[in-house]
Amino acid sequence: MNSALIINFAYILSALGFIIGLKMLGSPATARKGNGLSALAMLLAIAVTLLDKEIITFSWIVGAMVLGTVIGVLAARLVAMTSMPEMVALFNGFGGAASLLVGWAALYSGAATTFVAITIVLSILIGGVTLSGSFIAWGKLAEKLPGRAITFTGQAIVNGLIVITLLANALWFVQSPTVDSVHLYAVIGVALLFGIMLVIPIGGADMPVVISLLNSYSGLAACAAGFVLNNNLLIVSGALVGASGIILTNIMCKAMNRSLANVLFSGFKAVKKSTTVVEGEIKPINCDDAYLILEAAANVVFVPGYGMAVSQAQHVVRELADHLESNGCQVRYAIHPVAGRMPGHMNVLLAEASVPYDQLLEMDAINPQMGAVDVAIVIGANDTVNPAATEDEGSPIYGMPVIKVSDARTVFVLKRGMNAGYSGVENPLFYKENVRMLFGDAKASIQAIAGEFAA
Amino acid sequence: MTPEIQQLVYLTFILMLAIFVGFELIAKVPATLHTPLMSGSNAISGITLVGALVSAGAEHAQLATWLGAAAVTLATINVVGGYLVTDRMLAMFKKKATGGAK
Repeated sequence: MNSALIINFAYILSALGFIIGLKMLGSPATARKGNGLSALAMLLAIAVTLLDKEIITFSWIVGAMVLGTVIGVLAARLVAMTSMPEMVALFNGFGGAASLLVGWAALYSGAATTFVAITIVLSILIGGVTLSGSFIAWGKLAEKLPGRAITFTGQAIVNGLIVITLLANALWFVQSPTVDSVHLYAVIGVALLFGIMLVIPIGGADMPVVISLLNSYSGLAACAAGFVLNNNLLIVSGALVGASGIILTNIMCKAMNRSLANVLFSGFKAVKKSTTVVEGEIKPINCDDAYLILEAAANVVFVPGYGMAVSQAQHVVRELADHLESNGCQVRYAIHPVAGRMPGHMNVLLAEASVPYDQLLEMDAINPQMGAVDVAIVIGANDTVNPAATEDEGSPIYGMPVIKVSDARTVFVLKRGMNAGYSGVENPLFYKENVRMLFGDAKASIQAIAGEFAA
Repeated sequence: MTPEIQQLVYLTFILMLAIFVGFELIAKVPATLHTPLMSGSNAISGITLVGALVSAGAEHAQLATWLGAAAVTLATINVVGGYLVTDRMLAMFKKKATGGAK
């Protein structure tokens, strides 16, 4: 039987595997098997591709695959769950880089027609933007670069020039698509520059959106490479990933009540000074008093934010929750969609600390029940529990849905100091009548309270 | 119609259907699984590896082989790392019954 037929038939099976695998990711009970199925489908696709008649030498392939596997295994084993956003950003960048290189290398496989040249340019362009954009996102998340939005005067004009240069060079290249075309190198260089310029004006708190969007780009880059190579499987898989990225981007934007355009370009606008006027005073509490209140509580909700990830407090939170439960208290966790630095970040951290996923509630599920909660414990969250978002029309985060912790009878806010959140917005929650501030490292505070339960 | 245009129409047709399937599937994934979804779909985007393999093994030109080999390395990291880290995360998701007090 001819090898092209076998390959294409296997590709159908692979595509099926990816689709069923993604479907199984729809429930925590089947998700792990779904991921395994997807990995098997990938293995099948790789194995049959090696039958391709065009492949003559295997030495480079074997060397490159061994190297990639070693790095991939090490990275996947060693990464801490808190660093998952950086990890995904890096992997995205590698995917983009691979599409760029595949598009470039395809130029050598013979004279390119205009159509092939267009797909090659697209593959290089999307791949390049994904590559450099992901690396900037990684730098911001890993705090190698400043997390704030980086802006300068004339940024919009510079970006406009970049787009024009990119389009002009792409057009010139398509006119005469040769391997030594100077326009090819210009497209690669400017695409990389464009990726950097797209991500630097976006602040750290908006990273969940950026990561989702780059995820989508890496899928589109694979799609473009699929058009270059006339490969159905690349197109189908790329489209699946592209769709997943776009859906997540949309969910993240909705959770912040902002449009995608606002997230991407708001760095250019002058920051409005918050008009929030805070009344009341801060009421600090110590761990002993917090313990006494918690001991009497029958219904406790934890509200984690990025600060929990930073202080690695998820394990002691779970420990405290165990004590509360054995004390006859109902414990749940309220998760805001944009808590953390990527979609679902908090869920993974809590899962790492063996918190059962059925105790994790989404914002819309917990908000109507907040009135019946005795104690809401806010750990390292700020903007996602800021009542100014619903009460103060002048607030920059006005309209963003938040977890209504102040509906609970008592609220504990665990915080290092009185700094404003990532968005730089003052939080009137801290001044409310039923709110107590527990200053200090979140992990140490929780540990102290848990210690009193154990004693 | 030239064969090239036919090919384009055919590939676009597949692209369109795949996008719809993708939207239908992923809209149903609950928020609690969004991080594994992202890293898992990221691993799928490493499918570019399939294209990279041909470039690395085809012997069209020395530079093309190098570009292909670099692409194979990067895409393999993406695929292997992506699937393993997703598996590592999903292994931690437990229900109340199995995740009881230690």
